Amino acid sequence: MTTETLIWLLPLPPLLAFFVIVLFTNKNKALSHTIAVGAATLSWLGSMVVFVTTLGVEHFGEHVFNSSLNWLPTGDTFLKIGVLIDPLGAVTLFFVAWTILMIFIYSVGYHNFGQPAGEHDRPGLAPHGATVIDEQGHKHAVLSVEPMYSRFFAFIGLFAFGMYTLVISDNLLTMFVGWEIMGLCSYLLIGFWFAKPSARAAGIKAFMTTRVGDVFMLLGIVYLYWATGTLSFREIFRPEVLSDLAETITPIFGLSAAGLIAILLFIGTIGKSAQWPLHIWLPDAMEGPTPVSAMIHAATMVSAGVYAVLRMFPLLTAGWQGHGLTPEMSVVAFIGTFTAIFAATIALAQNDIKKVLAYSTISQLGFMIAALGMGAYVAAAFHLVTHAFFKALLFLGSGSVIHGMEHGVLHTGNHHLDPQDMMNMGGLRKKMPVTFWTFLMGGLALSGFPLVTAGFWSKDEILADAFAHGHWTILITLSLAALMTAFYTMRQITLTFLGEARTQEAEHAHETPWTMTLPLVILAIFAVSYGWVGIPEQFPGLGGLIPNWFHNFVGATLLEHPEAVAFSWIPLGISLVVALGGLGLGWLVYKDHKAGQPDPLQKAIGPLYLFLQNKWFFDEFYNFFVVKPVIWLSAVFTSLWMDKGLIDGILHFIAKTPIWIGDFLRNKFDKPFINEFIGDGTAAVFQKAGHELRYTQTGRIQSYLIVSASFLIVLAAVLAYLFLA
Amino acid sequence: MDFISTHLLTTILFFPVLAGLAILLIPSDQIKAIRWTALFASLVPLGLSIWLWTSFKPDLAGFQFEEQYTWYAAINSTLHLGVDGLSLAMVLLTTLLTPLAILASFNIGDRVKAYMILFLLLETGMLGVFMALDLLIFFVFWEIGLVPMYFLINQWGSANRNYASFKFFIYTMAGSLGLLLAIQMLGVLFGTYDILALAQRWTTLETSTLLGLSTSTVKTVAFWAFVVAFAIKVPIWPFHTWLPDAHTEAPTAGSMLLAGVLLKLGAYGFLRLVLPFYPEEAAHFAGWLAFLAVMAIIFGALGAYGQTDFKRLVAYSSINHMGFVVLGIAAAAKAMGTLDATIALNGAVLQMFNHGLSAAGMFFLVGVIYERTHTRDLRQFGGLFPLVPVYGTILVYTSMASLGLPGLNGFVSEFLVVRGAWAIMPVFTALAMIGLLMTGAYILKGIKDVLHGPLNEHWAHGEHRLTEINIREILVMAPLMILILLIGIWPAWILDVINKAMMMLF
Repeated sequence: MTTETLIWLLPLPPLLAFFVIVLFTNKNKALSHTIAVGAATLSWLGSMVVFVTTLGVEHFGEHVFNSSLNWLPTGDTFLKIGVLIDPLGAVTLFFVAWTILMIFIYSVGYHNFGQPAGEHDRPGLAPHGATVIDEQGHKHAVLSVEPMYSRFFAFIGLFAFGMYTLVISDNLLTMFVGWEIMGLCSYLLIGFWFAKPSARAAGIKAFMTTRVGDVFMLLGIVYLYWATGTLSFREIFRPEVLSDLAETITPIFGLSAAGLIAILLFIGTIGKSAQWPLHIWLPDAMEGPTPVSAMIHAATMVSAGVYAVLRMFPLLTAGWQGHGLTPEMSVVAFIGTFTAIFAATIALAQNDIKKVLAYSTISQLGFMIAALGMGAYVAAAFHLVTHAFFKALLFLGSGSVIHGMEHGVLHTGNHHLDPQDMMNMGGLRKKMPVTFWTFLMGGLALSGFPLVTAGFWSKDEILADAFAHGHWTILITLSLAALMTAFYTMRQITLTFLGEARTQEAEHAHETPWTMTLPLVILAIFAVSYGWVGIPEQFPGLGGLIPNWFHNFVGATLLEHPEAVAFSWIPLGISLVVALGGLGLGWLVYKDHKAGQPDPLQKAIGPLYLFLQNKWFFDEFYNFFVVKPVIWLSAVFTSLWMDKGLIDGILHFIAKTPIWIGDFLRNKFDKPFINEFIGDGTAAVFQKAGHELRYTQTGRIQSYLIVSASFLIVLAAVLAYLFLA
Repeated sequence: MDFISTHLLTTILFFPVLAGLAILLIPSDQIKAIRWTALFASLVPLGLSIWLWTSFKPDLAGFQFEEQYTWYAAINSTLHLGVDGLSLAMVLLTTLLTPLAILASFNIGDRVKAYMILFLLLETGMLGVFMALDLLIFFVFWEIGLVPMYFLINQWGSANRNYASFKFFIYTMAGSLGLLLAIQMLGVLFGTYDILALAQRWTTLETSTLLGLSTSTVKTVAFWAFVVAFAIKVPIWPFHTWLPDAHTEAPTAGSMLLAGVLLKLGAYGFLRLVLPFYPEEAAHFAGWLAFLAVMAIIFGALGAYGQTDFKRLVAYSSINHMGFVVLGIAAAAKAMGTLDATIALNGAVLQMFNHGLSAAGMFFLVGVIYERTHTRDLRQFGGLFPLVPVYGTILVYTSMASLGLPGLNGFVSEFLVVRGAWAIMPVFTALAMIGLLMTGAYILKGIKDVLHGPLNEHWAHGEHRLTEINIREILVMAPLMILILLIGIWPAWILDVINKAMMMLF
């Protein structure tokens, strides 16, 4: 089998798993998860083969794996679709395959496979727990298996298909197909517990918010297709095509065609990667089961937005001279930078363990987008990969924590306690050691803990790039965001794992089964070690010990290989200070936090805390200015006023006109004039006349003679008058 | 067999009528026999259409399987039939949806005989329009299709059926008047009703005055006469308000064919008659047509989102989706002969086919739940997913096709329309995106209000217990679902035929 054929086959196993589970095996939980995990393993295996193969190709950037076929007949030509694995595709495939497989395995434990079914569990709600009676006759409350277990595996199978399709696409069209299929799965999985109104609303919010971006992206795609006649990346990125696009000026803000297309496509990314101002859906998306949050909303789907910008990088930077920023790059850089700090501030004031991670994800994606806006291609790609590993790890870790807490909840029977609220935790390091140590590694990576974690290397590279090209505003903003990142991460770790248990439930928390901890361990290994493949060559001490493989490999994707930036102590110093400072500060502030106390931060920043806790009131803003007007526009304006009122009103008026005319003719003309005057009138005249003349019919011959004689006389007189006169 | 292969179109066209006559002979109380006869009778045209499809040669220009018979010699009108790639796709859609509609009607118990005969008559009426190559024949079948549908709504419809059927009938008739006059004028001018001859002679007319007016005025008036007739049928905003009423009141199978095929008659009229007869006028007024199409797309979607009646929601979605067909046609009219126009037309025709599949499916699914609950009020549903998981899955699937999810059929056609139209009318295309966004909103609203949410106790127990979709109903949906996926993944099998037809036609 050629590598190209293998690439074509990569997305298929999860898709088949989806169909098989939906159509045949959905009644059998064990069979369903076996099929799904088996399919994910097959795709993972294929991906590893492809990845390793790419490592052996000399000058892989030029000799990529590419094959395509005719898909849509359009006039005399065809729209082609195909697969492409280039260096960027290869590294993406690597982390996607790993995270997807880990999350599939984790889901088995997360959904309590092997546990009994709960008495009150029903499809559409998270399981409530079951009661079992042991040999001594004691009743125990235990976790119960998810009622829609098979359906979950079907959905994540379809999701994996979408993600693989996106990664292996050599063109924007199939990439968009994968993109949208993931959007559907995201909707279905956020609303997986659809009987819960908040989950149902969150699913719709996610779909609709990302769809705002998607319709712009669709315009970008058709624009690009029209302007270049193709959607295949390698055709579009030929220098003559790009320079054509860069030189065509559009009437919109004086942007070049390349710039306008790049911005249209980028709006799709704003939606998908939850960048400001379309970030609102991601925190709500935490309503979904935690593996979903890890996979869709941390490692893969939201990364797809960044991946799309990476893919479109030559278009985004078409006409860029390497210094300063083009207008479209400034837009991208601004959105990314602002999102990075904006989301970090909100994360400071969240108490839900998953919400903190959600805002952290938004913020970290902002880092990548900002890097792309500055033209730091490799740094963005590097952070994309490391972030996928450590953020998936953190989400899965948080799921493990919640699971452990649910144990405690079942033990105490206090179902009003929120097992996701970090204020209810504390001291879990002793109860859940594997979860703690892996979570710690993920948290340190997120904070950019120096040298040993992957997050340090990738984040440092973004800051170094901002410094080297003199983007001071970006540098300062991102540094502040990084400081906050370290702070809220340590706040999270301290509140969750350190100190003493603040509730009975935390006291009785329990480590989770191996299906959940094994993926944590594997992801933790990557969260630490993946950074070592991208150590800058001039880095003091470590540089050059291992070649900067990531830069050389991924950089080769572009026609013009980007230069690694020169080393400087300043950004490194900043990195060290913000990471260690933030971590230290977080620990100091929260280490003695007791149950029932207000958040120390609240005392420090006062009303600002409320503002942050309410997410800058963006939900309220959109609700008032977008959602409500649209509902009014559709239910009242369109349905009642326009269609039923105006248009049907006119129709009914037209329809009534003949009736009015008919009525008028009947009541004002037919009835009074024809009927009464002419019809009835004539008859009445004759009747009346007959009635009156009756009296002349006396029956006496004398009377008749008198009448006859009189008539003759009158007649003679008339004739004499007429003819003689 | 020889007779059939040489008279394929007439066989397909008149078989349903003959079958209807045969059903007339079955005693009225033999309901089962009537149902099955009707179903098998409708499968024959389907089989023959598939044969037609496989023996059709897409590379040949012009019409194939032509047949011509004397019909009204005095005015030179003949029964002239033929198909090209465009009509072939529509014939296939019609013969596919009719047996499904009949199968969907197996639950009808009231005057089954009359009901089934009307359906078969309706099929002939619709097929006749798609096959006709003679304007008068076109008009005759156009009107024939109207009558059975009127009675189906009026006799088997729900509460407000009198109003709805009357509105439907009178509105379409009103539109047809101008069409009839324009057709008569063409017949008088040229002494023939043959569509091909007329298209050629009418467009190359060199006299500067006609009937005492300037030729361009006459042409413009005749153009609008055609356009209004078809615009009402499609329907284009603001001629659309008959549709929600008619669709909502019609029996389930009636809505399936109404949305699935009857709306396509209007769009077909644009492609078969308006563009070939009035290329200059169409190009001149393309902007207006596109404006109305965009209004249909936006306000169709907003209207759908504003409904509380499930069936009205789906009905409004048809206005939204057919708007894309008209947008494609309008864009193509403006830039006839370019690659962009071809792509837009490909999209428009494929969208006609795709909407036929998804709208018929959606109306059927609404009918399935209406039959069980006797309500269409979205506010009374909610939380039904755990009760009817199979139905729910099928509903989500079909809704996604309607939403235009990539990987399913609707996306391909909408993508092509948007791609073609963007090059020609970027502003209108950009505005249409508002409608595309709202499509998502109303589809998700439908799913949310029917399936999701806390378990609905009212429909969960006792006499109101909602029953799962049955095998017969799944069999109605299965062909639609398979085609939806097939066109989504591999559209080339049908698009190739459409593409070649569009290139040769325009």
